[in-house]
Amino acid sequence: MADRVAWLAGWMLLALVMVPVALMVTALWQQSADVLSVGFLLEDPGRAGRSGGIAALLISTGWILALCLLVAVPVGLGCALYLSESLPADSRRAQWLGGVLDMLAAVPSIVYGLFGYQFFAITLGLGFSILSGALALSLMVLPLMIRSAEQAMRAVPMGYRQARDALALSRWGWVRRILLPCAAPGIAVGIILSAGRALAETAVLLFTAGYVLRRPDSLFDSGRTLSVHIYDLAMNVPGGMPRAAATAVVLVALLVALNLLVRRVLRQPMTEALV
Amino acid sequence: MITTSSLPLSDRLLTLVLRLCGVLAALVLGGIVVVLLVQALPFLINEGAGIWQSTWQPGQGEYGMAPMIAGSLFVSVLALLLAAPVAVLLAAWLRYFAPRLRRPVLAGVELMAGIPSVVYGLWGMLVLVPWINQWVPPGASWLAGSLVLGLMIVPLALLVTDAALGQLPLRYQRAGEALALSRVGMLRRVLLPRAAPGIVGGVVLQFGRALGETMAVLMVCGNVVQWPDSVFAPVRTLTANIALEMAYATDDHRVALFASGLLLIAVTGLLLMASWRLRGVSHG
Amino acid sequence: MSEQRTYRAPSLVLESVSVTYGEQVAISDASLQVEPGELMALVGPSGCGKSSLLGAINRMSDGVSGCRVGGRIWLDGEDVRQRHDLTVLRRQVGMVFQQPNPFPLSIIDNLLFPLAEHRVPRGHRRARAEQALRDVGLWEEVKERLSRPALGLSGGQQQRLCIARALVLEPRVLLLDEPCSALDPVSSRVVEALIRSLKGRYTILMVTHNLAQARRLADSVTVCWLEGQCGCVVESNGCEQVFENPAHPITAAYCAGEAG
Repeated sequence: MADRVAWLAGWMLLALVMVPVALMVTALWQQSADVLSVGFLLEDPGRAGRSGGIAALLISTGWILALCLLVAVPVGLGCALYLSESLPADSRRAQWLGGVLDMLAAVPSIVYGLFGYQFFAITLGLGFSILSGALALSLMVLPLMIRSAEQAMRAVPMGYRQARDALALSRWGWVRRILLPCAAPGIAVGIILSAGRALAETAVLLFTAGYVLRRPDSLFDSGRTLSVHIYDLAMNVPGGMPRAAATAVVLVALLVALNLLVRRVLRQPMTEALV
Repeated sequence: MITTSSLPLSDRLLTLVLRLCGVLAALVLGGIVVVLLVQALPFLINEGAGIWQSTWQPGQGEYGMAPMIAGSLFVSVLALLLAAPVAVLLAAWLRYFAPRLRRPVLAGVELMAGIPSVVYGLWGMLVLVPWINQWVPPGASWLAGSLVLGLMIVPLALLVTDAALGQLPLRYQRAGEALALSRVGMLRRVLLPRAAPGIVGGVVLQFGRALGETMAVLMVCGNVVQWPDSVFAPVRTLTANIALEMAYATDDHRVALFASGLLLIAVTGLLLMASWRLRGVSHG
Repeated sequence: MSEQRTYRAPSLVLESVSVTYGEQVAISDASLQVEPGELMALVGPSGCGKSSLLGAINRMSDGVSGCRVGGRIWLDGEDVRQRHDLTVLRRQVGMVFQQPNPFPLSIIDNLLFPLAEHRVPRGHRRARAEQALRDVGLWEEVKERLSRPALGLSGGQQQRLCIARALVLEPRVLLLDEPCSALDPVSSRVVEALIRSLKGRYTILMVTHNLAQARRLADSVTVCWLEGQCGCVVESNGCEQVFENPAHPITAAYCAGEAG
């Protein structure tokens, strides 16, 4: 009897969670309906964002994302390699490093923004720029990248490591020809997840990449990402709601696409083994 | 170990680079703390006690953060009270009552978890705030913040609970089935209590993240620096404060904001360590 | 063509060897002697440290944290534990594992990769790889598909490839850790025949659970047993001796299939 009640209650809980989300999606869709079109993606914004599209923002977002990954992926891989190859799994150093990474992941994004502002924009003199924003963002994304890559590397079968030792193969040879290719799908997932995280971030970029609305001419120019644009249009620009909603739709669509890509990549290894 | 003299140059180089990378992560964390400290320490020493006052008037040298600390705490705690039970119970329901729904719902929840906070905030502004306004103006309030934040917490809390339940040995469930015990009973007496440390640890972690959330609360809380007299009153969180005022803050004002950043990082750090303890994670 | 081998297979002597992991002693006071070119079977129940003993010989145990090895190991009169250069040691002592573990590379790359790593001159690599594949009887089976993934081979073929991979570095000693136990009976027979063909050219120490197999292949046998938590050597003698005329009661019982 209790079970029957519980079963019904569960459905209500599910509705409680799903309904607001559905409402959210429809509300955004409705608000943006008039504005959303291919032109929206290709035009630059005008009148502080009240008119036009988001082309300049797509470009800035692209640059910041690319630079962020350019820094975070190699460093993340290096750190993951260190964790999985140089340190025995249960050593104190490995645990300690794991703790540091967890801490970094827990730091609020606005604090990363403060740090980025003080260190990149002011101390290093980069000012409000795509470079500042990308560097601050890469720090945020680093723990996620490291954890994904490390998991992928530890999943490489023990047998390969045994054969490597018995044949006295060099570490670099092992990493280059066996470890990295084997861990590649997991690492790719890590990169995609990091990209998704970076796209969703706003607070970090407010004081590092700045707010400028036009297309950036160089990496030292300020640039606005999609998420910052949504914030600005919603809070600071009267009449900016429809375009804020439209930008939100574009951003969410991008993130859903990335999510689907992850699923695709994760399914691949199974077909490889059957060759 | 293989003596270094017999290792090829490429290996020695690789080992060095890897060690640098490992050190880098620690450097970043240290760097963040150091930078914040350097900025905030003089201020804390001079005006430290002033933080706990209730008047935030930077123009007049008043840096009382108490209302904003309260704002952060109240919004997060209410959000947690709303979200955690829903998430935990839903996760348990998906595992034991509706297992066929589990995979699709978890997939949807993962998507939800990836939605940017600004989008949640946008929806809050568009729909939630006007709706609350119909009942009790002004709409932008503590309640709005907690509702939006709660909605953001649910996906992750759900995933964490699902993981914790997944770690329970199958034999508990089997024993319950063999004895024809009700699933509710099993959950209440055996499964949830056993998984409790993991679940609570995960929830504590989410609390930390809620405290650190900036954009969504910024967009729907009203941003008035005051002690709220009801859930419908506007509040300002510590995080929103930094985001709003950093752009034009100078000297002491600026430094006060850094101090509030330091406070945030200290609190989230402590919550993280508590979460480790609860989940039995050993991080030295 | 590979250089003519002018050496002969070495003798392998273990003197009071013990292997300890932290507090746990895996095997203690193990002594045995393998004559040049002979195959010695290492038999005994699970858990008496036979694999640990193998790992001590090519010093794989060095890489395990908390592992200590006592006693002496002589390869043709030279103490293995005093050696500095592990790369050379592992070239001279090849190892094959219970689970076939070819690398996720093509068949030919599985052989070329170790050759490249050990700085064998480019010109010689292909030839040595082909020779190794011939030695294990795989050449005819795979010569048309050398660039295909090694993981696409059957279990028995993979194990033969692993043996080829060990042979390609021209070792003098082979350590085989239950090489057939993960294979089906047919593949097992094929690998066994291969191992028989390697006797004389290499000194071989083979761990096996299969007494009949030991009887078929070995020149001499060492019987291990568990005393409490720790392994030890009970008897070590020529094959005929051990099976027909065991000196130790445990050996007799084990070989009769009563114990273990």
